[in-house]
Amino acid sequence: MNALLETHGLKAFYGDAQALFGIDFSLAAGELVAIIGANGAGKSTFLKSLAGLVRVPRETIRFKSEPIGGLPPGEIVRRGLAMVPEGRRLFPSLSVEENLLMGATAARKGPWNLQRLYALFPILAEKRHAPGTSLSGGQQQMVALGRALMSNPEVLLCDELSLGLAPIVIREIYAAMPTITGEGMTVVIVEQDVTMARQVSQRIYCFQEGRVSLEGKSGELTREQISQAYFGIEAAHA
Amino acid sequence: MLETVIQGVLLGGLYTLFALGQSLMFGVMRLTNTAQGDFIILGAFAVIAGVSAAGDAAPGLVAMVALAVLPVAFAFGYALQRCVLNGTLGKDPLPSLVVTFGLSIVIQNLLLELFSADPRAIETGGLSTQGVALGDTLSLGVLPLVVLAVALVATAALQCLFARTALGRSFRAVSDDREIAELMGLDAKKVYAFATAIAFVLIAIAGALQGMRTTVSPSDGPMLLLFAFEAVIIGGMGSFWGTLAGAMILGITQQVGFRLDPGWGIWFGHIVFLVVLVLRPQGLFPKTRG
Repeated sequence: MNALLETHGLKAFYGDAQALFGIDFSLAAGELVAIIGANGAGKSTFLKSLAGLVRVPRETIRFKSEPIGGLPPGEIVRRGLAMVPEGRRLFPSLSVEENLLMGATAARKGPWNLQRLYALFPILAEKRHAPGTSLSGGQQQMVALGRALMSNPEVLLCDELSLGLAPIVIREIYAAMPTITGEGMTVVIVEQDVTMARQVSQRIYCFQEGRVSLEGKSGELTREQISQAYFGIEAAHA
Repeated sequence: MLETVIQGVLLGGLYTLFALGQSLMFGVMRLTNTAQGDFIILGAFAVIAGVSAAGDAAPGLVAMVALAVLPVAFAFGYALQRCVLNGTLGKDPLPSLVVTFGLSIVIQNLLLELFSADPRAIETGGLSTQGVALGDTLSLGVLPLVVLAVALVATAALQCLFARTALGRSFRAVSDDREIAELMGLDAKKVYAFATAIAFVLIAIAGALQGMRTTVSPSDGPMLLLFAFEAVIIGGMGSFWGTLAGAMILGITQQVGFRLDPGWGIWFGHIVFLVVLVLRPQGLFPKTRG
C-alpha cells in the first residue's frame, strides 16, 4: 500500500542550527501515529516542516505522491494537511466561534462544520461568543483542535495536545480522537506523555537529537526499548 | 466656553478623518505610514485636478468628482501595499518608516512640480461659508458639521467592519498572529493590501473635505501627519472609537489654546499629547485583550 504521507532524508534548519538530520517517515491512510521524544529532539520542527512553517527542500516530503516540501502553509492546508500548533496559538482578539471559522478559510469539503464540532465539544457551543483566550487551557485546546478540523483535512497534525494540561483534561481531549479518526482521518500526534501516546496510537516514532531512534507498533514496543530510544542510552537489541 | 468646545469637537471630526487610516494600518500590520499627511494632500489635489478637468465647479459636480476619487484611492492603496509596502514589513519597523518617509518627499515635490506652491481650495459653491444659527450667539458652519457626521459614520463603519465581517475577522487574525493566520490558509499580503486600500479611501475622504474646508498646498502634509499621529497616540493604538476620542481631545485642546492666545492652539495640542505619552503611553482607550 502506498504511503499517504512520507518523508525521505528530511533535514531542517533553524537559521544555522540543524534540527533534523534525515528523517524517514511514512504514514498510511487511516493511521494514528505518535511521535515521542525528549525536548529538543526535533518533533515540533518535524511537524512544522510538514505544515510548511519550516522551509525544507520540495522533494523531501511527499503527500499523495506529490512533493510538497517548502510549499506555503496556506497551500499545504488547502491540499489537506492541517496542524494544531504547539501552545494552541488561538487568536486573542477573536471569539471562540471566530477562531473556529478562521480554520475554515481553506474551504475544503468534508464532514466537519460548526455544528459537528459543537456536538463533539458542547462546552464550545456554550462559550461560542467568549474571547478564545478567556477559556480554560483544556477548552482552548478543544478550540485549537476544532480550528484545525474545520479545514476538513485528510491528515491532522497535533503538536503536544497535552502541554500544560491536567491529566483528567488530557484524557477528555483524547476521548474525542475515536470520533475524529472514525471519519477516516489520518492523525499524527506529537506527545510528551509516553503512556498516553502508546494508548491512543497504532505506531510510534521516537525522535532523538533530530533522528529517528525507534519505530514500531505501539503494542509491540517494550518500555525498555522506548526509554532507551527516548533517553539515548546505548541502543538496545530488539 | 460652550462655543469653544463645540468648535473643538468639529475640529476633532476632521482630525478623526486624518487619523483613521493611520489607526487602521497600524492596527492591522504595525506599519506607521509617515506619508499619511502627504497622501491626504494628494487626495485633495486629485479632487482639485478632477474638478478643473471637468471645467465647471458646480457643487453637484464637485461631489461627483470627490466620489469618483474614492475607488481610485482604493485601487491605489491596494497596489501600493502589494508592490511596495509588503516588502518593507518585518520585525524591524525601520524599513517601512524609511520607505513611507521617502514617499512623503516624493509626493511633496511631485505636487510642487505639478501645482506650484500656491495654496488652493476645492470650490464648493459657497458651502464652506454657510452656517446654521443655534440661538442668538452661536452659529455653526455647515461644512464642519458635514465633516463631523462623515467622521462619526466612518468610525462606526470601520468598527462594524472589524467586528462583524469576514474581512474584519481576517484583519484581526493577521494582526494577532500572522504565522497562524497563514497556517489557516489566509494570504496575509492580500489581507494587508485590503487594509491599505480601505485606509486610502479614508485618506481620500479626509483630503477632499480638507480641500473644501480650507486651502491646501503641497507642503501641508507633515502637519496633518502630526495631528493624525497625536490623535492615534492619545486615543490608544488599535481602537477606532479611541482614535475618535483622541482626535476630539486634540481638537478641543487646540481650540481652548486658540481662545487663550491665537499662537497657543497647536502648541496646547502638543502639550496634551506629550502629557498622555508620559502618563499613559498606551493611550487613553487602548484595545483590551482577553
